[in-house]
Amino acid sequence: MDIVHYLILSALLFIIGAVGVIFKRNVISIFLCIELMLNAVNLSFVAFSSFLSQVHGQVFVFFVMVVAAAEAAVGLAITIVLQRNRGTLSVDDADIMKW
Amino acid sequence: MIDFIWIIPLLPLAGAAVNGLLGKRLPKAVISLVACGTSGMAFLIAIGAVMDLLGRAPDERHILRTFYTWIASGDFVARAEFLLDPLSAVMLLVVTGVGFVIHIYSIGYMHAENGYYRFFAYMNLFLFSMLILILSGNFLLMFVGWEGVGLCSYLLIGYYFEKRSAGDAGKKAFIVNRIGDVGFVLGIFLIFATFNSLDFAEVFRQIATETHRFPVESGVGILTAIGLLLFVGATGKSAQLPLYVWLPDAMEGPTPVSALIHAATMVTAGVYMVVRCSPIFSRAPIALAVVAAIGIVTALFAATIGLVQSDIKRVLAYSTVSQLGYMFAAAGVGAFSAGIFHLMTHAFFKALLFLGAGSVIHALGGEQDLTRMGGMRKYIPVTHATMFTAALAISGIFPLAGFFSKDEILWSAWAHGHPIVWLVGLITAGMTAFYMFRLMFLAFHGQERFSDEARHHLHESPPSMTMPLILLAVLSIVGGLVGLPAWLNLGSNRFFKFMEPSLALAYQPEHEELSHGLELGFAGISVLVAIIGIWIAYGIYVKRPQSAEALATRTKGLYRLLLRKYYVDELYDRVFVNPTVTGSRETLWKGIDMQIIDGTVNGVGRAIMASAGLLKGVQNGHVRSYAAWIFLGAVAVLFGLLMLR
Repeated sequence: MDIVHYLILSALLFIIGAVGVIFKRNVISIFLCIELMLNAVNLSFVAFSSFLSQVHGQVFVFFVMVVAAAEAAVGLAITIVLQRNRGTLSVDDADIMKW
Repeated sequence: MIDFIWIIPLLPLAGAAVNGLLGKRLPKAVISLVACGTSGMAFLIAIGAVMDLLGRAPDERHILRTFYTWIASGDFVARAEFLLDPLSAVMLLVVTGVGFVIHIYSIGYMHAENGYYRFFAYMNLFLFSMLILILSGNFLLMFVGWEGVGLCSYLLIGYYFEKRSAGDAGKKAFIVNRIGDVGFVLGIFLIFATFNSLDFAEVFRQIATETHRFPVESGVGILTAIGLLLFVGATGKSAQLPLYVWLPDAMEGPTPVSALIHAATMVTAGVYMVVRCSPIFSRAPIALAVVAAIGIVTALFAATIGLVQSDIKRVLAYSTVSQLGYMFAAAGVGAFSAGIFHLMTHAFFKALLFLGAGSVIHALGGEQDLTRMGGMRKYIPVTHATMFTAALAISGIFPLAGFFSKDEILWSAWAHGHPIVWLVGLITAGMTAFYMFRLMFLAFHGQERFSDEARHHLHESPPSMTMPLILLAVLSIVGGLVGLPAWLNLGSNRFFKFMEPSLALAYQPEHEELSHGLELGFAGISVLVAIIGIWIAYGIYVKRPQSAEALATRTKGLYRLLLRKYYVDELYDRVFVNPTVTGSRETLWKGIDMQIIDGTVNGVGRAIMASAGLLKGVQNGHVRSYAAWIFLGAVAVLFGLLMLR
């Protein structure tokens, strides 16, 4: 299989994630979409790593996974606090931080 | 003892520091002890230093002690250095001696006042500044003292700061003095530009030795310019025309302040400075003529105002202005020693007059109006006797101190070829005798016109106040004996002889020696004029007390003119003060400050708020909108990168 297929798949996954982030209202959904975007990037890293016969890309994937795990921890904590304090999971209702 | 000269100013400074910083918590006895102890110690050390000076040969009486280099910048060097020579020695003794006596007096006079510690802290600080002024060996350090005494004067005039008039008087003194100081500073700049040094010794050496550069100027040269600028400073500090207006108002301060600062010491700083700069002035005849003219005109002008004032302290204030005019007239006719001689004797009897006036005011519980006194002689006999001595002394009655010094001035004016100065001085002497005895008769003789409340309060002052009076009375009697004129002493005038080393570098024009017999005759004339003045005062105020009012109504216009002080304050208000206030308010405040400066600042703020109003909608709090913006931005950047490649 050519690398192009991997990249197209990666781009599609990324766009699905990005569109989900923009259009979804539920915090959990947005969260899942962000994970989708990160994993789309991971896919292209692995593809390039294999294509160029270098290990760098795979190393980067580990970094991204670590960051994603940390982000998940913080993000879920925020989600729980949001639910407790404002009784909602919709980001459109959490809009008091503005001018 | 001369090596300890640096301690003399430091003692009052230490006293000011202790009283100023800790005084609030100290008992009054400790405050008095600190203030009087430091000034008394300073006086003792000053006596020791002057004794050392007297122990030297006359041409070695010029002792310069450098303590450290204060400022060094390129060519410019200013050192902290003290100069002790006959001139500063006389000033030193007068300032510390009279200062000490007045400190003692203040213990009694101020005992019931609030801020007792504040008063003594300022007084000590004043002594420190004044000592720096007179001991300084260069113009810059002198200027430090000059400004220091100005500050203390301001603080002490405004001592009763709850009273609006006192605060205003303090400000007036401060501002008028700054006008004079501008001249003084410019004079110092010009001295440095000309001589490349500010040391008295170096400047005067150049003038005296480099005669081709600094000849005796017939027109307006550099020395004339320097002299006139320095004299502007002197007119401010020593209350001469046209800057005298602050001194009468300065009487708002406590009476010991009037005695120490506004009669005996600070106001004579201008005279001291002119005499110190005698090498400059004596080579600038035009500057000297201006000094003489301003001096003698001020003497007459102030004396005429003093004739009709009814506030006891204001009469004395105008008298001070007048006597300072005499001193300048003496310097102006080239008789520098006579000016300093009068400075010294005047310090004695004018301090005594003020302290006596303070004692009268104290006895009457704050009454200052002469028309509400009278017949005080039997209630406060010590005050009466001492003040009477001082009045005789200032009138120039033989053989009291004022006779010798005033007579020297008048005689020098005649002998140096200034008959107009002599004549005006003589008329002023008559007026001086008149207004002094008018004051004495109104306060101590005739009907008792004070209120019953005051009568109840009436008492002779405590010993801490009468002892200084007696001491100063003795000095007013014998003070003139240090300078017995040539015609009495069967030799030359000892005071003038003593002063000679300080004036050695001054240019002395040749004068025709006039006979002692003529001098004796002139002395007789001035005593006669003084006696006539006293006799007229006696006739008007004791013999026929109604005649004073009759005289006032008969010469109504003139009386009003004098009573309103020639309308000078009104004139200054109209010409200088009101335009400044109005200009400041209308143009500077409402125009420039509120319109332009505030307008600019507010305009910048408003512009930023308006532009921010357009953009702030972006921050709407919706996370999804931020995500979309980030996404669009990333796409735009990527697109741009692809396009630019």
